[in-house]
Amino acid sequence: MRRLLLPWALAAIVFVALPYIVPDYYVGLVTKMLIFALFAMSLDLMIGYVGLASLGHAAFFGLGGYTVGLLGLKAHVSEWIALPAGVLVATLGGVLFAFLALRARGSYFLMITLALAQVVWGIAFGWRTLTGGDDGLPGIKRPTFFISLADQTAFYYFVVLLVGLSAIALTMIVRSPFGLALLGIRESETRMRALGFNVWRHQFVAFVFAAAFAGLAGALFVYQNKFVNPAFLHVVMSAEALIMVILGGVGTLLGPAIGAGLIIFLEDFISSQTQRWLLILGIIYVVTTLFAPRGLIGLYRDFVARRSKP
Amino acid sequence: MIWIIHTLNGVSLGMLLFLLAAGLSLIYGLMKILNLTHGSYYLVGAYIGSTVIEKTGSFALALIVAPLAVALLGVAMERFFLRRFHLDELPQTLLTFGFLFIIADLCLWIWGGDAILLPKPALFSTSIAIGGNFYPTYRLLLIVVGFAVAGVLWWFQEHTRIGAMLRAGVDDAETARALGIDVSLLFTVVFAVGAFLAALGGVLGGPIIGASPGADFDVMLLAFVVVIVGGLGSLRGALVGGLLVGLLDNFGKIFFPEFALFTIFVPMAIILSFRPTGLFGRA
Repeated sequence: MRRLLLPWALAAIVFVALPYIVPDYYVGLVTKMLIFALFAMSLDLMIGYVGLASLGHAAFFGLGGYTVGLLGLKAHVSEWIALPAGVLVATLGGVLFAFLALRARGSYFLMITLALAQVVWGIAFGWRTLTGGDDGLPGIKRPTFFISLADQTAFYYFVVLLVGLSAIALTMIVRSPFGLALLGIRESETRMRALGFNVWRHQFVAFVFAAAFAGLAGALFVYQNKFVNPAFLHVVMSAEALIMVILGGVGTLLGPAIGAGLIIFLEDFISSQTQRWLLILGIIYVVTTLFAPRGLIGLYRDFVARRSKP
Repeated sequence: MIWIIHTLNGVSLGMLLFLLAAGLSLIYGLMKILNLTHGSYYLVGAYIGSTVIEKTGSFALALIVAPLAVALLGVAMERFFLRRFHLDELPQTLLTFGFLFIIADLCLWIWGGDAILLPKPALFSTSIAIGGNFYPTYRLLLIVVGFAVAGVLWWFQEHTRIGAMLRAGVDDAETARALGIDVSLLFTVVFAVGAFLAALGGVLGGPIIGASPGADFDVMLLAFVVVIVGGLGSLRGALVGGLLVGLLDNFGKIFFPEFALFTIFVPMAIILSFRPTGLFGRA
C-alpha cells in the first residue's frame, strides 16, 4: 500500500508547488490539461468500463459550458448556482441522449451519439439571439467561490481541487460493485443479463455520470477561457476526447488523463511552431491506432512485463 | 406553385445525399466500417473537379477524373489501413477520423480556405419555366442522374454476378468466404465504388453546395442521418432516406431557419424510437 501511495503523494506535491516553479503561461496550460483530463476520464467511464464508444461526448462538455456562460452573462446568476446548474443541464442532456442512443449498439451507437451532438451544435450555431451563433459568448467572468478566481494561480488551484475530487469519485465508481458490473457488461451483455443484472439501467447510469463529469469539465473550461463558442461542442471536440482516451489507454482512468495532458501539450507546442496542427493530429490518430492500440499505459505494461521476464 | 420549386430543390438535394449515403451504407453493410472519411471523399471530389474544370474547362472530364482519383484514395485506405482492423469498430473509427483530419488539412493547404462554387456545365446553365417560375435545368439534371445511378446500382446488385456476391457478403461474409467468394476483393471493390460515388456527388454538388473547409463534416453528417433513417446496408434505404432528408432539410430551412437541423433530427429520433435499425435496415 505504501508503494502505491508514494507516487500519488509526489504528484500532489508537484501540483501544489507548480505555480511557484513555472511561469504563469504554463500554469494556464496545466489548468487546461487538467480540465481535459477530467473530460477524457468521463469518456473513459463509458468506453473503458461499459464498452460504449460515444462520438458525441462534447455535447455535454458544451452544455455545461453554455449553461454557466448564459446564466452568468444573460441572467446574472450567482456562480454558486450557475456552476451546479451547468453540471445539472449536462446531466439532463445525458439522460435524454441515453434514452435515444442506448437502443443501439456498436456503429449505430457511434452514429446516433454523433448525430445527437450535432443537434446541440446546430442549436448553439443557429440560435444567434441566445447563443451569439458562431461568434459565441465573450466576456464571461471568472467566478468567486469565497475568493476571487480571476487570478491564474487561484483558478488553477480551484481546478486542481475539483478535478482531483472528480478523479477520486470516478475511481470510487469504477471500483464499486456497480463499476464491476459495468465491466461485466463490457465483456458480455448477455451473460450479465442471464445473471440477473439490469444491463440497460447500468449503462444508463454510467452514461449519465459520464455526461455530468463532462459538463463539469466544460463549465470549468468556459470559466478558464472566459468565453464559449460552438467549437466547444463540435464533433472535433468529441473526437479529441476519444483520441485522448485511446492514446492514454482505455479502461484505466489514469491513461486517458495522461493522454489528455499529452494531446493538449502537443497542440500548444505544435501550434506555436506550425499551422499544420490538424495534419499532425490526424497522423497521431493513425499512428496510435497502428502501433499503440492499447495506449501508452498498454505500452508501459508491455515494457514492464518484458523486463520482469528472465 | 412555389411548392413545386421547393419540392424539386429538396429532391435534387436528396439525390446528392443518396450518392453519398449509398457508398456509406454499402461499406457498412459489407464490412461494418463506419467510414467518417466519406465526407472527405465528397470534398476532395469537389476540389479536384474544380481544378480539372479550371485547367481544361470540361465539366464532363471532371466527372470522370475526380471520382476515379478519389476511388484510388479509398482503395488505398481500405487495403493498407482499415483491412488490418477487420470488424474492430473502435480502431476503424479512429483511423477514419485521422484520415478525415489529414485530408481536411491537406485540402486547406492545397486549395485554400475560401469557399468555392464549381461552374455549371454550359449545357445546363439555363432555366426553364415550371408553373410560372423559372427553374435551373442543372437541378433537374441532378434528379435524373440520381435516379439513373440508383437504377444502375440496383441492376448491378440484383442482376450481376458480383452483385450476387455482394448480397451474399452483406448477408453473411463468413459463409460467403467459405463458399469460395473472394470477399477480400469484394471489400476493395465496394470501397472503390463508395468513394467513387461520394466524389461524383462532390463534383455534381459543386455548383450547388460548393466546397469549403468544414463541408466534409456537414456532408458526412447529413449522409449519416440518411443511413440512420434508411437503415445501414440497404440501397433502397439510402434512396428513400436521401429523399426524405433532402426534403426535410429544404422545408426546414424555409419554416424554421434558426433550427434547420431540428427538422432533420426530430424525425430521425422518432423513426429510431420505432425502428432502431432504420426504415429498411436489418438488425
